[in-house]
Amino acid sequence: MTIETAPFRPVTDGSQPANNTPSYGSTLLRHPKQAALRIPHTITEATGPAFTAARFAAIPDLSVMNGRQAQGERIIVRGRVVDESGRAIPHTMIEIWQANAAGRYDHPGDQHDAPLDPNFHGNGRVFTDAEGWYQFISIKPGAYPWRDHYNAWRPNHIHYSLFGDGFAQRLITQMYFPGDPLLALDPIYLSVPDTAARERLIATFDLDITSPEWALGYRFDFVLRGRNATPLESA
Amino acid sequence: MSTATANQTIGPYWHLIEDPIWADLTRFGAQGERIVLTGTVTDGAAAPVSDAAIEIWQSSPEVSDSFPAFGRCRTDPAGSFRFVTLKPGPVPGPGNAQQAPHVAITILARGLLNGLTTRLYFQDELLNETDPVLSLIENEARRSTLIARKVALDTWHLDIRLQGDAETVFMEI
Repeated sequence: MTIETAPFRPVTDGSQPANNTPSYGSTLLRHPKQAALRIPHTITEATGPAFTAARFAAIPDLSVMNGRQAQGERIIVRGRVVDESGRAIPHTMIEIWQANAAGRYDHPGDQHDAPLDPNFHGNGRVFTDAEGWYQFISIKPGAYPWRDHYNAWRPNHIHYSLFGDGFAQRLITQMYFPGDPLLALDPIYLSVPDTAARERLIATFDLDITSPEWALGYRFDFVLRGRNATPLESA
Repeated sequence: MSTATANQTIGPYWHLIEDPIWADLTRFGAQGERIVLTGTVTDGAAAPVSDAAIEIWQSSPEVSDSFPAFGRCRTDPAGSFRFVTLKPGPVPGPGNAQQAPHVAITILARGLLNGLTTRLYFQDELLNETDPVLSLIENEARRSTLIARKVALDTWHLDIRLQGDAETVFMEI
């Protein structure tokens, strides 16, 4: 297998949130105040870890635990992982986590007064196929209150972690659902300055992915940073 | 051509995907110089950041079936993390420069809309003097925020400060 070592292209202005986002209170004491040091991509940034399903077992169905169905609206999420040049990213790992249908995480830190579901834990792991496609089954997560500001509610969302094939491609993001009235009020969603980049975080309802008499289908694609045409000088 | 998907915070509930054994990069039987990396993460009020995911990636020793070269560890209530890994060696840098042994670090947490990237270097490495990344930092005190102290025969320690006095040097990559 050839390991690619070409550096990644710079991040496009406005496409990523600012770490200093005053409307999201937790950023206040956590964002660095010094400008980030721009460094050339070396073998450390251009290469990255590889995860295989043999070592990191896939968990493609979050909607069932111990043979029992979780409460909620069953969904199928399908999409593609490509880079900025449109090239598929095959066999890459996607980590998934989310709240249950009532808007409660199965996590000791979540004290929201909504019921836990004994048949839902809320973590998944899938791998893209040779053409970059992935799919998993879950239930639609509920909205939940948080304490960022008075009467603050997070829109329905699913968390994702992607690795790509280079350290500089690491992506941690959240997928939202179409038509959610909470999106216009959510400082985390609104932290992405560019409107088009922001709206790409919203999944599309897809009747072709929808399974008759079984589950609603959503399409959600990921774009990871693309590489420059020329490889590193000496890697 | 489209632009890369926007990042969003990892939030406070990422532990749903955590597997604590990922903090031990030698768990698949890697052979080499076993070392321990410890550290803390604090915020602009010097309070511990107790809900972060710390990820490390090293380009030396090379990834293999026995060495994933990648690890993840939570910070605990004191903001502390701990990895077991193999000591990296020098790797090629731009031009003919050798890079000093280093470990790349990503910090992900509630309140960080993008992960923060930095590097850990090792105290007393001769190559630190000529490392092409360290050399970009003119201020000695700033540069020292990336140098882990040797605190035991096999253990190095790095304090990461997200903001304020002695703020760690973070990198745009």
